[in-house]
Amino acid sequence: MPEISAEIEQNAALLEIIDSHKALEGALLPILHAIQQRFTYIPDTAIPLIAQQLNLSRAEVHSVTRFYSFFRSTAPGKHTLQLCRAEACQARGSRALEQAIQQRLGIGFHQTTADRAISLEPVYCLGNCAASPSIRIGDTVYGGMTIERFERLLSTLAIPVVEAQS
Amino acid sequence: MSDTEQQSCPRKIFLSRDTTSLALGAEQVADRIRASEKHRGEDIEIVRTGSRGLFWLEPMIEVDTAAGRVAYGPLPIDQLDETIESLLDADCLAGDKRHPLCLGLTEAIPYLAKQQRFSFSRVGVIDPLSLADYQQHGGLAGLHLALTMSAGDILAVVSDSGLRGRGGAAFPTGIKWQTVHDVDSEQKYIVCNADEGDSGSFADRMLMEGDPFSLIEGMIIAGIAVGAQQGYIYLREEYPNAHSILKQAIASAEAQQLLGNNILGSSKHFQLELRLAAGAYICGEETALLESLEGKRGMVRAKPPLPAISGLFGKPTVVNNVLTLAAIAGILTRGAAYYRDYGIGRSRGTLPFQLSGNIKYPGLIELAFGPSLRTLLEDFGGGTYSGRPMRSVQVGGPLGAYLPAAQWDIALDYEAFSQHNAVLGHGGIVVFDDSVDMAEQARFSMEFCRIESCGKCTPCRIGSTRGVELIDKICTDGCSANNMNLLEDLCDTMTHGSLCAMGGMTPIPVQSALQHFAEDFSKQGEQDD
Repeated sequence: MPEISAEIEQNAALLEIIDSHKALEGALLPILHAIQQRFTYIPDTAIPLIAQQLNLSRAEVHSVTRFYSFFRSTAPGKHTLQLCRAEACQARGSRALEQAIQQRLGIGFHQTTADRAISLEPVYCLGNCAASPSIRIGDTVYGGMTIERFERLLSTLAIPVVEAQS
Repeated sequence: MSDTEQQSCPRKIFLSRDTTSLALGAEQVADRIRASEKHRGEDIEIVRTGSRGLFWLEPMIEVDTAAGRVAYGPLPIDQLDETIESLLDADCLAGDKRHPLCLGLTEAIPYLAKQQRFSFSRVGVIDPLSLADYQQHGGLAGLHLALTMSAGDILAVVSDSGLRGRGGAAFPTGIKWQTVHDVDSEQKYIVCNADEGDSGSFADRMLMEGDPFSLIEGMIIAGIAVGAQQGYIYLREEYPNAHSILKQAIASAEAQQLLGNNILGSSKHFQLELRLAAGAYICGEETALLESLEGKRGMVRAKPPLPAISGLFGKPTVVNNVLTLAAIAGILTRGAAYYRDYGIGRSRGTLPFQLSGNIKYPGLIELAFGPSLRTLLEDFGGGTYSGRPMRSVQVGGPLGAYLPAAQWDIALDYEAFSQHNAVLGHGGIVVFDDSVDMAEQARFSMEFCRIESCGKCTPCRIGSTRGVELIDKICTDGCSANNMNLLEDLCDTMTHGSLCAMGGMTPIPVQSALQHFAEDFSKQGEQDD
C-alpha cells in the first residue's frame, strides 16, 4: 500500500518539523514556513497536527494559513513566478507587461500552467523599484523586465511552455 | 603603496551583492571576472559589498587607489567578455582613469558627493558580512559606549538627537524608548519592523543587505537602554537576499559574543531572532506585526494600549523601523547635537530618500531634511527615464499623495508635507511621466486596500471595495455631483472610521489624484460631449 506508507512518512516529517519549532515564542509562522519549504505547500494533513501540538483549534491554524498570501494549500508548479503590480513598476510599464505575461503563459494570477511549469502570483513590491518592472522566480529578482526579456528568460530556465490559445 | 607591493598581494575589485545590483547583472560580472582571472593568471580578490545606490551606473565595479576608490560602470551585460578584458588590459585594477567606462573617484560622483550619508555611510563600502570591516569603519563604537553608559544617559542622547521613527509615522524615538523603559516588567522586547512593503521603498533592504551589523548594533543598544533582552527582526518574505545576509550576520554576531549572554564580556544579555513574514502588507502596521509575531493572523489591534506598554505577548515592546535602529549607534558615537544639527523644523537628522519609477537616475539619496522635492527630481533624478514630461509623483508609498508639478517645491519635511495633505512616509518617491492615467492610479489605490485590508474594520474592508466600484462608475458615467459626493463621503468614512493607516490613508492618493488630475476621470463623459 504505497499511498498509506507515503502518508505515514509525510506525517512523520510534519511532526518532526513541528516538534523542532514548537518551543519558539509564537511558533506558528516559523512552523508553516518550514513546512512549505519542505513540501512546497501546506498539506491539509498538517493542520490538525499543528493544532494538536500547539494547543490551538484547527480553525485558528487554518485561518492563519489562509490569511497570508505566501502560504499555499496546493502544490505550485516547478517555478513560482511573482510579478510586481505596485506603483514603481506601473510607472515603467508593468500594466502592459502583466497582460503580456499572462497571455504568453495562458494563465491568470494564482494559476499554474497546464504543464505545471509555472505558477503565477502577484506581488506588491520586491524592493527592486530602482530597476523596475520586476519579477521574481525562486529567490532571484529580475529587473527591467520586458516581454522580450521574459521570453529569453523562459528559454534559459528551460521551461517548455505551452503556447497560449489565441 | 608601491607597484611591487600591489603586485605581490591579490588586487581587489569591489562589487555589490545588493538585490538590485544582482538584478542588473552583478553576478554575471563576478563570474566573468573569475573566468578572466583564471586564464590571465592574475590574482584578483572580489569583495562583495552592498550598493552605493547609484543604480543607473550599475553593474559597477570599484578598485582601491591611493586617492580612494575608483569606479567603472555601467558595464554592458551583453558585451561583458570584451568589457572585462578591456578593463583588465587598461590596468583598471590600479585605477587607470583612461578607460571610457571610468567614472573617476566614486565619492566624487556628484550624485554621491552631494549627499549627507549618515546611516548609509558604510553601505556599498564594506563587506556586509565582515565584522572586522565593520569595526574598521567605526562599527561597534556605539555599543562599546552604550555599555559604559547608564540607561538614562542613552535615553537622553536618543531624545536630544530629535530622531523620529523612520517607518513613516515619525513618532519621537526617545519618547517611545522612555515609555518602555519606565514600565516595570521582567520581560520586554525590541522588535525591528523590516516589513518594508511600500512600493518605491528599498532603503531598509539596502541597509540590511549592505550593513546588517549596524541594525544589530542598534537593536542591542535599544535593549540595553530599555531593559529588554529579547529582540526580533520581522522581515518580509519578498526579500530573500536580505534574509540570507541577515541570517549570516546574526550567526556571526553570536559567534563573536555580540549577541547572547554577557555581550562583549559585560553583564548585559541580548538574544536576537530573525522571523520571516508571509506576504501581508498590513503586517507593516506595528500592531498587526505583533499579532503576526505571536503566530496569529495579522489583524490590527485597537490602540490603546500602546505597544510600548502592552506589545508583544502583552509585554512592553519597542517597535522601530530598520532605519531608526540603524541610526542609533552613529548618534551615540557622534553625539545628539551632531545628528540634530541636520534637518529643519521638527524633522531632525537625515532621511534616505529612494527615487524610482519613471526616472532617469534612480537611486538612494540620503539627505538632511529640508531641500525641495524638485531638487531630488531634477538635480538628482535628471528628469524622466522615458524623456517625456514628468506629470505626477507619489511620495511615501501606496498610501501617499500624488503630487502635481505645482507642489514639487514643498520642502522635504514631515510637517510641510502634512500641511499639504501629503506624507513623507518612508521616503519613497515614485515618478510618473505624462502617459500615466491618474484614474487608473486612484482605482489601484482602492484595489490595493481591498486586497491588503486585514478585514477587521468595516470602513477599510468594505470601503475599499465600494471605492473601486465607485471610481469605475465615475470613469464611465462621468464626475456627476452625485458620484463625487458619494466618493467624498466614502473617503471621509474611511479616513475617520478606520482602525489604522491602511484604510485611514487610502483616501490620500485617491483624493490627491482627483483634486490635481480631475481631467483623467471623465474620459467617457468627454467622448459623449
